[in-house]
Amino acid sequence: MTDTLSEHADHELHDGEPLIEMSNVGKAYGAIRALKGINLTVHAGEVTCVLGDNGAGKSTLIKIMSGLHPHNEGVMKVDGKEMTFGSPRESLEHGIATVYQDLAVVSLMEVWRNFFLGSELTSGRGPLATLRIAEMKRIADEELRKMGIVVKDIDQPIGTLSGGQRQCVAIARAVYFGARVLILDEPTAALGVKQSGVVLKYTAAARSAGLGVVFITHNPHHAYLVGNQFVILKLGEAVLDKKRADVTLDELTRQMAGGDELTELSHELLNS
Amino acid sequence: MSQTTKTPPPSAAPTEASNRVTLGWSNRLLARPEVGALVAAVVILIFFLIVAPAFRSPASFFTVLYASSTIGIVAVGVGMLMIGGEFDLSAGVIVTTAALFNAMFCYQLGINLWVGAILSLVFCLAIGFVNGYLVMRTGIPSFLITLGTFFVLQGANLGVTKLVTGSVSTPNINQMDGYQTLKAIFSSSFRIGSVTVEITVIWWLLFVAFSAFILQRTKIGNWIYAVGGNADSARAVGVPVRAVKIGLFMTVSFLGWFIGMHTLYKFDTVQAGNGIGNEFLYIIAAVVGGTLLTGGFGNAVGVAIGAFIFGMTSLCIVYAGWDPNWFRAFLGVMLLLAVMVNLYVKTLSTTRKVG
Repeated sequence: MTDTLSEHADHELHDGEPLIEMSNVGKAYGAIRALKGINLTVHAGEVTCVLGDNGAGKSTLIKIMSGLHPHNEGVMKVDGKEMTFGSPRESLEHGIATVYQDLAVVSLMEVWRNFFLGSELTSGRGPLATLRIAEMKRIADEELRKMGIVVKDIDQPIGTLSGGQRQCVAIARAVYFGARVLILDEPTAALGVKQSGVVLKYTAAARSAGLGVVFITHNPHHAYLVGNQFVILKLGEAVLDKKRADVTLDELTRQMAGGDELTELSHELLNS
Repeated sequence: MSQTTKTPPPSAAPTEASNRVTLGWSNRLLARPEVGALVAAVVILIFFLIVAPAFRSPASFFTVLYASSTIGIVAVGVGMLMIGGEFDLSAGVIVTTAALFNAMFCYQLGINLWVGAILSLVFCLAIGFVNGYLVMRTGIPSFLITLGTFFVLQGANLGVTKLVTGSVSTPNINQMDGYQTLKAIFSSSFRIGSVTVEITVIWWLLFVAFSAFILQRTKIGNWIYAVGGNADSARAVGVPVRAVKIGLFMTVSFLGWFIGMHTLYKFDTVQAGNGIGNEFLYIIAAVVGGTLLTGGFGNAVGVAIGAFIFGMTSLCIVYAGWDPNWFRAFLGVMLLLAVMVNLYVKTLSTTRKVG
């Protein structure tokens, strides 16, 4: 399973090297402040877990890194250079690949066309260069097999696959094209136990291959299985930012469940 | 298409090859957009061969092809635009705008027709660009934006023509410089045996072939399907959605210009009120040919078959000796049937049929 990763991972990467550094980053949509004062560093060879409830700002955070929405406060450095991404293409060119919660596949298109969408293999340059269709089908099939997915027919529209299979296609695609940073937005949210396991193993393999991984989730159990660094967001601000050695699964779970507010609430309820 | 799926899996991969299913030919066929249109075309062809004896000659067949080509050429662009998830209601009047621009500009200034033809092309591409840019910039549905362009062009066609020539048609241009070469390109014909072949038929086939190539074999084609199927997903993986859609609007206006040139050099004069209503014929050809109104599905051959069905019915009703006024009623029925077949095919191809 790791061969794709080591094949496609950037060999310039050194473990622990900072790939994305955010300092005091914030984002406001008009009068609504979605994110405020975020300090986050993605290191090569580490999994940074971002946890938070719905509306905590997790999606906004990855949209800044993946180029869908530029940040409007603070500084984001990519490979040491200050950067504001204007489009997903720019982010991809820096080796940052994102797998979105809403899967980001075009359901009427074939599996292999989805796999290569935006990064098609062509013979020659220019707009009229022909697609290398047979090769793309072969690669897409092989990569999916490496994730343990055998699609019935690589020509079938991706909308005919199950949610878990679509998720895996999206992840396989991101790993195949993202050589440096892999951002996973709630990759296990829609999956069953077995498929979650596949995704988590893949995440760990990406870390071992030296990639910087950003793992967004609201499941502390999944995060604790693979994470090196944990950040919990609440209402657009970081309320916890600890290394694996400094935090226990209980603390993560308690913070996710409401933390101090929950303690207060339990006192109130018990005393009433 | 299926040979790659039959090759043995690489040794490292899980050996679940037994899981692999090659779909039956009927399933594969039904998932293709043009199948419904092809069946309809064959049925209608046989029907008219029976009821319209005048249709049973090669000469009338080529007349039908000519009628199909005048709709089919613009429909190539409209079909691609609809696969890309957008709509163009100004495609009918832009044909007339192109012809009027060329004729009046050159006649009033007394210059070579080539100059006017090229400037007219630039003007049409600019209209296509404005359509696309406004749609992408404002996020207003293309139906409304191009409805606006449609009315602006329709009014301007009549107003400007009246202002310049004092009537609603342009003066005859067949004595002007450049006429012969332009006529040769846009509106000549040649004979093969007993039949006359209009050059637009050849152009039509070339455009269809080119469009089919772009859609199936290039990355731009991949992007067109993607922006029509799910623009957000396409953007997220790095497809330049805005450029693709604006390019599609410009393709439609280019092909509209092309037919405008054909109309001008065939009749030597243009009526300023022409072209209204044709935008619906292009859309009908695309939809009958299996293109989804919501985008992301369809192909060039289907659109060509749709245009052929249009050409065949419009002429064969005359060949059969019926009242031609029934033609539009027939067209409406075809459209309804096509939409229902499309819906059925879409449901069929997006639900799991194996496993």
